[in-house]
Amino acid sequence: MRHAVRCAAAFIVLTAATALAQAQDANLARNLAATCANCHGTNGHARGDMKPLAGVAADKIVAMLNDFKSGNQPATIMHQIAKGYTDEQLRLAAGYFAAQPAKK
Amino acid sequence: MSTSKLQRRQFLGAGAALAVTTLAGCAGMASGPSTGRVVIVGGGYGGATTARYLKLWGNVDVTLVERNADFVSCPISNLVLGGYKQMSDITRGYGGLKAVGVKVVQGEVTAIDAAARKVRLSGGGELAYDRLVLSPGIDFMADQVGGLQPALDSGRVSHAWKAGPQTVALRRQIESMPDGGVFAMFIPKAPYRCPPGPYERACVVASYLKTAKPKSKVLVLDGNSEIQSKKALFEKAFKDRYEGMLEYRPNAELKELSGNLAKLEFEDVRADVINVIPPQRAGDLARSAGLLNINNRWVGVNWLTMESTVAPGIHVIGDATFPAPLMPKSGHMANQHAKVAAAAIIQLLKGEAVNPTPVVMNTCYSFVTGREAMHVASVHQYDDKDKTFKTVPGSGGVSTAANQIEARYALGWAENIWADSLAL
Repeated sequence: MRHAVRCAAAFIVLTAATALAQAQDANLARNLAATCANCHGTNGHARGDMKPLAGVAADKIVAMLNDFKSGNQPATIMHQIAKGYTDEQLRLAAGYFAAQPAKK
Repeated sequence: MSTSKLQRRQFLGAGAALAVTTLAGCAGMASGPSTGRVVIVGGGYGGATTARYLKLWGNVDVTLVERNADFVSCPISNLVLGGYKQMSDITRGYGGLKAVGVKVVQGEVTAIDAAARKVRLSGGGELAYDRLVLSPGIDFMADQVGGLQPALDSGRVSHAWKAGPQTVALRRQIESMPDGGVFAMFIPKAPYRCPPGPYERACVVASYLKTAKPKSKVLVLDGNSEIQSKKALFEKAFKDRYEGMLEYRPNAELKELSGNLAKLEFEDVRADVINVIPPQRAGDLARSAGLLNINNRWVGVNWLTMESTVAPGIHVIGDATFPAPLMPKSGHMANQHAKVAAAAIIQLLKGEAVNPTPVVMNTCYSFVTGREAMHVASVHQYDDKDKTFKTVPGSGGVSTAANQIEARYALGWAENIWADSLAL
């Protein structure tokens, strides 16, 4: 009985996950990354003092963002911004930046 | 809609119209057949960014109609008032957008025919579109303050709430003010463009006067009951840096102007320079198109596509929109609206579903001297249940203190957002 409930729960979770995957926009990673462009440049090609993100390894970007979120990395503003995105959204944006050529 | 208006005013001869239509039909930079024609009206942060991202992400014919020859930024313009920056520092051209294939038309749209999907230009031509984007910014409700319109028309009073000649005019007035003079600034009741902007202006002008004309006074007369953004930080700046020079008064709504006299409900204020930030609504174009469906002031939008809730197919972005909760009217937010609109338009033109989970965020830096700044930031996730953007609990916030590092970031922000919006 308990097994059946667990199976049913797993099935529901799986179905929900599939529905979510279907609902996710094909350009979601691109769109999320674009919310960073105001400071970090179009496609992560930053100018001046701002940190470029284009071509930076996704794991490295995610680690930096997690450090901002946790407070391990002190910041003026990034700790406040990173907390506004889900881990999945940060992972998607990081993957998009990583795939961009480092030079414009 | 303004169809009737359009019918009343007959279109001009077909020759002029044809010339423009042919121009709009030129192939874009991207390969393959274009998926549609988009006309964007207004080349500020919102309209420029929409044009840029439609080209970056899609294969769309894009025409941007803008009345001014150049883009002049409102953010950073307070530094021009303080003499810390020049107009050339906040002015950029549309050459970047042209280079990525945007057709930039200098002119004004005088009428929109939503049924025929055409706009008419002041020069007499017309532009046909599949999707229309309006980024009209704000216009003023000057009639709410007695004597304001004539005072603005005569040049005696400046608003400097649209960057450009007004910025130059107010800077001149501040420069020619005698030492010991009074600079009085009036802030309208919210909502208005750039919530922290007036308080930044007060600080930057005081910073200039402290050095150049130290006997002068800055009077900040606020129609609101309190400082509207970064309150504790501005209170600290007023007290720590400008005590004795800058005076802040809440609940001080301007009722009437008469010469150098500003009349409030219970008192009159005399000043050498009067800077009135007038009460605001969505830009004239949105009004003449019949899109002001919220309080007869702002445009309600579908946040998934940025389409007007009364005119699907017409996307409205930036300061003209009735904002989601805690969403500021800012250049940064207009740039973010533009990206939601661009992504949606490209997909709608192809008959595809739009992104159901958009995110927008805002960053706004304010200078408290010529060299020190502070910020407010927020992240807004789309809420499917309530069909609006909501800030994420625990995210966002303000600086711990104004400092020189944040001033560097503020200027870095400007350089990057200008490049992002204008394809520089």
